[in-house]
Amino acid sequence: MAQSSFLNFITKEFKHIFRDTRTLLIVLVMPVIQLLIFGFVISSEIKNANYAVLDYSNDYLTKRLVQRISSSGYFNFKGYLNSYGEIEKVFKNGDAKLVLIIGNNFSQKLQNDRFANYQVVTDASDPNTASILASYVQGIVNSFTTEYFGLTRQKQRVSVQSRMLYNEEMNSAFMFVPGTMVLILMLVTAMMTSISITREKELGTMEILLVSPLKPWQIVVGKVIPYIGIAFTNVLVIILMGYTVFHLPLRGNMLLLLGVSSLFILLALSLGILISTLSKSQAVAMFISMFALMLPTILLSGFIFPIENMPKLLQWLSLIMPPRWFLSALKTIMIKGQGFQYVLKEVMVMIAMTLVFIGLSIKKFKVRLE
Amino acid sequence: MMKNVIEVENLVKKFGSFVAVNNLTFTVGKGEIFGLLGANGAGKTTTIRMLCGLLSPTSGKISVAGYDAYTQPEQIRANIGYMSQKFSLYSDLTVWENIRFFGGIYGLWGKALKGRALELVEEFKMHDFKDIMVESLPVGWRQRISLAVSLVHKPPVIFLDEPTSGVDPVARRMFWETIHHISSLGTTVIVTTHYMDEAEYCHTALVMVDGKIGALGKPGELKQKYVVETMNELFLSLARNGNTKS
Repeated sequence: MAQSSFLNFITKEFKHIFRDTRTLLIVLVMPVIQLLIFGFVISSEIKNANYAVLDYSNDYLTKRLVQRISSSGYFNFKGYLNSYGEIEKVFKNGDAKLVLIIGNNFSQKLQNDRFANYQVVTDASDPNTASILASYVQGIVNSFTTEYFGLTRQKQRVSVQSRMLYNEEMNSAFMFVPGTMVLILMLVTAMMTSISITREKELGTMEILLVSPLKPWQIVVGKVIPYIGIAFTNVLVIILMGYTVFHLPLRGNMLLLLGVSSLFILLALSLGILISTLSKSQAVAMFISMFALMLPTILLSGFIFPIENMPKLLQWLSLIMPPRWFLSALKTIMIKGQGFQYVLKEVMVMIAMTLVFIGLSIKKFKVRLE
Repeated sequence: MMKNVIEVENLVKKFGSFVAVNNLTFTVGKGEIFGLLGANGAGKTTTIRMLCGLLSPTSGKISVAGYDAYTQPEQIRANIGYMSQKFSLYSDLTVWENIRFFGGIYGLWGKALKGRALELVEEFKMHDFKDIMVESLPVGWRQRISLAVSLVHKPPVIFLDEPTSGVDPVARRMFWETIHHISSLGTTVIVTTHYMDEAEYCHTALVMVDGKIGALGKPGELKQKYVVETMNELFLSLARNGNTKS
């Protein structure tokens, strides 16, 4: 009996999903759109930033330097300034984001003293962009001078060579593909299941189901299985799009990646079930999902804002956020290509959380029946 | 009276200090239409929910279809049909799909399920709209379908909680004819209602007042005993006397 009942339940649940255009959009179309939006809008690398130059030397070498910066792809040369006073004007007009000031006798000093001055002034009303642009210019100037005065290198006492390991090109897909995956899984599994279960309560059909010989767990599992399928499809689509559209390298073991994703799907489902036991109506379920799941996923999981930069209190709070652990495991597997032992902690935490949520749900579900 | 299908003894349900059902004792025979009547809040729905196993009693004995509510709740569930106060079919499924789904959760499948579904369509004359989404049907028809669905597994007992509330008089009349038909086939029907005139359609009526039995018996006998013309008058006189009777 159990088998045919389940099949029956799953068919019905799929009909609910496929007959409601809104649900269908949320579970199948929105993930793709969200990934594209995050991919093309949120980008940590900056291209074609306008810059101007205030050149006190104005010799052959400084002209070559300006050419080099302009041809780097990151900057767009807007022209020379005549005086220091003009800097503020170009910033205020929005003509440039960065001004490079080159001290006098640049090439002469560099040749004779192995030392010359330049200054980078940025419009820091957008601090992230400003610091990224400044570091681009420094990088270009450094490689330029070493190239022209190759010998100077040996005379430098300390030379710092930084490399961005695992993401040499600073490809922002590394950040948003795992992040979007977490967000979408939360949305599709936790939010949609909590809403679909509370819908039955609201409609009164839950009562009919509870009076039937089906056991409560069978009802819940039957309702949840279609969403597992959909969530898993989303995982595959996101990985595929990350790989083809955003050139995300898939360094880790695919099975491990899918296994950890499945674990998170279960975790999100158990959260969704718990939410459904706490809420009497779809509106409440939606509200709780939004505030208890979506916001923490975006703000506290390390998706957009680095956890290390948060105040201590929020760092502690992020420890109990399920997405934080999944995100960390995802990055370790996808980008660093590490094996199971490196995500053991994350896996254990997620298993523990799943058990706690399921335990709480069972307790709550029973209380409701009494 | 034939063998009792339902036996209730000293049934009590308390919510905190509020006594919703106070010491109820009654029996229902096979094929009987048993009406639970009373004002809103008199304890009808609480009683019916306890009989179906949706609520656990505070104390007292319940036996349904020969099974004990405390020790054999699953056997009871397999042997009852239930139609709740709220309209409760899936409105985004067709009539046919609803019948098949609910048949499925009672373990029917394959040919047996299809056969039973066709039988119900026949019995409730639903040919013309079996493939229509439930949401586009009028309320009266939805109630009939709810009733059909509650019968999908041929239960010996069905519980109908306020099945006719919000239904127009003509549809109510039709609905009661169906109930009589079902009862004549041997199914026991427990029905709650706050329409006192509907008590006349029941074989036995239990009028609840503040969680207690206000009056219990055949409608005709009750009217004689209390010297009233209609069940409505009986109900009003009971309500006026308040909680003195038991």
